Amino acid sequence: MSILVDKNTRLLVQGITGREGTFHTNQMIAFGTNVVGGVVPGKGGQNFDGEKGPVPIFDTVRKAAEETGANATIIFVPAKFAPDAMYEAADAGLPLIVCLTEHIPVLEMISVRAYLDQRDSRLIGPNCPGLITPGEAKLGIIPGSIVKPGHVGVVSRSGTLTYEVVYALTQRGIGQSTCVGIGGDPIKGLDFIEVLELFEADPDTSEVIMIGEIGGNAEEKAAAYIAQNMTKRVTSFIAGRSAPPGRRMGHAGAIVEGKSGTAEGKIAALEAAGVQVADNPDRIVDMIA
Amino acid sequence: MNLHEFQAKRLFAEHGIPIPRGEVAYTPGEARRIAQDLGGKAVVKAQVLIGGRGKAGGIKVAQSPDEAEANAKAILGMHIKGFTVNKVLVDSLAPGIKQELYLAVLIDRGQRRPMIMASAAGGMDIEEVADKTPEKIHTVHIDPVLGVRSYHTTYLAKGMGLPRELWGDFNKIVSGLYECFKTNDASLTEINPLIITGEDKLMALDGKMSIDDNALSRHPQLAEMRDFEEEPPTEAEAREAGLTFIQLDGNIGCMVNGAGLAMATMDIIKLYGGEPANFLDIGGGARADQVATALKLILSDPKVEAVLFNIFGGITRGDEVARGILTALGQIDTDVPMVVRLAGTNAKEGLALLAEADMMTAATLSEAAQKAVAAKSARESGRAS
Repeated sequence: MSILVDKNTRLLVQGITGREGTFHTNQMIAFGTNVVGGVVPGKGGQNFDGEKGPVPIFDTVRKAAEETGANATIIFVPAKFAPDAMYEAADAGLPLIVCLTEHIPVLEMISVRAYLDQRDSRLIGPNCPGLITPGEAKLGIIPGSIVKPGHVGVVSRSGTLTYEVVYALTQRGIGQSTCVGIGGDPIKGLDFIEVLELFEADPDTSEVIMIGEIGGNAEEKAAAYIAQNMTKRVTSFIAGRSAPPGRRMGHAGAIVEGKSGTAEGKIAALEAAGVQVADNPDRIVDMIA
Repeated sequence: MNLHEFQAKRLFAEHGIPIPRGEVAYTPGEARRIAQDLGGKAVVKAQVLIGGRGKAGGIKVAQSPDEAEANAKAILGMHIKGFTVNKVLVDSLAPGIKQELYLAVLIDRGQRRPMIMASAAGGMDIEEVADKTPEKIHTVHIDPVLGVRSYHTTYLAKGMGLPRELWGDFNKIVSGLYECFKTNDASLTEINPLIITGEDKLMALDGKMSIDDNALSRHPQLAEMRDFEEEPPTEAEAREAGLTFIQLDGNIGCMVNGAGLAMATMDIIKLYGGEPANFLDIGGGARADQVATALKLILSDPKVEAVLFNIFGGITRGDEVARGILTALGQIDTDVPMVVRLAGTNAKEGLALLAEADMMTAATLSEAAQKAVAAKSARESGRAS
């Protein structure tokens, strides 16, 4: 068991022929992910030369989903085209959409999210490393070599900091159920709370590590959720204790966020909810070992 | 990217928002000529990308062109919170100020929508108003499909207790500010104060605007508004090279891939008693030449006593980073000690390359931070003795 992705995931890759798309599709296949098709408008009918055999390419997500029975898609297209790729995937009814693309304008993401809220698709990202269920499947770019099957669920707003923590776990022999990088953009798909909810319900996850950073108030909201709803232990690290206060323009941000958004505020909220917060990502492992 | 007041107000005016007449001056003589054109009386305002100009003495009223010239002379060259003033906005004086209001459009992350915020208690202390009397701040969220509707602005106007005869003009200003926000991919448009003039008209006396950096590529005319004089040269060079670099006050330079890991690395340096000299994110998939530029940027700061590299390869490859470090070291003559921690993709190959370069290496982030702090201390005491 795991959350969101497993052996039964049948994955499409939007942008499979691009530089990143090609490299990481092969990495995903090598890890054991069942990549059933690619989508590149204008290249329908061709094949992608995959590590374990050819992967058919389609012009549209709808056609690809019909032909392959795909139940998830991952997006490797540039920021200019990524919103369309997300709309198309949601329109085709794919239950899970992972978007790795960074630099998508916030106002675009507001519209994308508003559209997705009316559909049945779940979005991970954008600007995220994707997710991985050790021993089963990975959707994205988290290095397959640093994970190990087990029972700790990991959810994070950061990319490489996630690798750091997961690698430390694996080196100490502590395996993971699923690791989810939700991405650092202000407007995104799944947030901490939705992922915590999935981990809480997953019988194969025994406890959760949550990695946050300064800015926004997602960690504060997650703390309130944890206090109310989580029976499983949550351990955390918040990056940015040493960050200087930003050169803030205008007053609007301060009025809206008040004192939330700082590392101190987030750590206090999490500790009040019974979450142990490490002062060093290496030490998280000591806390749960 | 933040815009100057004069740039923001010009964009507001394009969306039908009344602003004072005015022009930008780079010399006291220009300020004098502009004041003359405006009829003699004017207000001279420092143009810097930071708040608190008024309290710092960067805004002065002039009753004559002579005085405008003197004011500009006093303000130009002034330092405000680390920013040097090199231009002033010379605006005509408002025909009386009956009341100062506050109006802004921004993104509410929690609601995932643009939000309009208004208050009858505008002016310099708006943050205190929000803190102590939040009931005086009125907000509406805007559905991106609907946009601003007249009932939104009626709700705000009524809440603020705005005189009824101004509701029509207020509606136009709110709609204009939202349109300005949307068409320019702003993350903030703010008018503080929005005044009721002595002639009972609304006017935007000051303006602030931030543009979403991710949207600049589709707004070339806004990208051209970037004020390079306002940016530390190192940060501009970093941006050109596709790096994110922020200079800080400490003396341990750091180079990391990924913003979260970069912050965590700074946190750990501090945890072990050091102070980071910078935040530097080389991003994903950085090439050797970018790494070389990054190292030169770090070493251009004379305060730096040690450098810590923390690279966790995913998209970024350890050998590529190692080659960049070696390239940079071939071009710079430095005796600053360096500690390298490489993990993930091609870390072994990278470490093998660096083995020849006599650099300290570390297996974990904690070990790397401790070694960097120790190397810094050793260098400091070596110099002292």
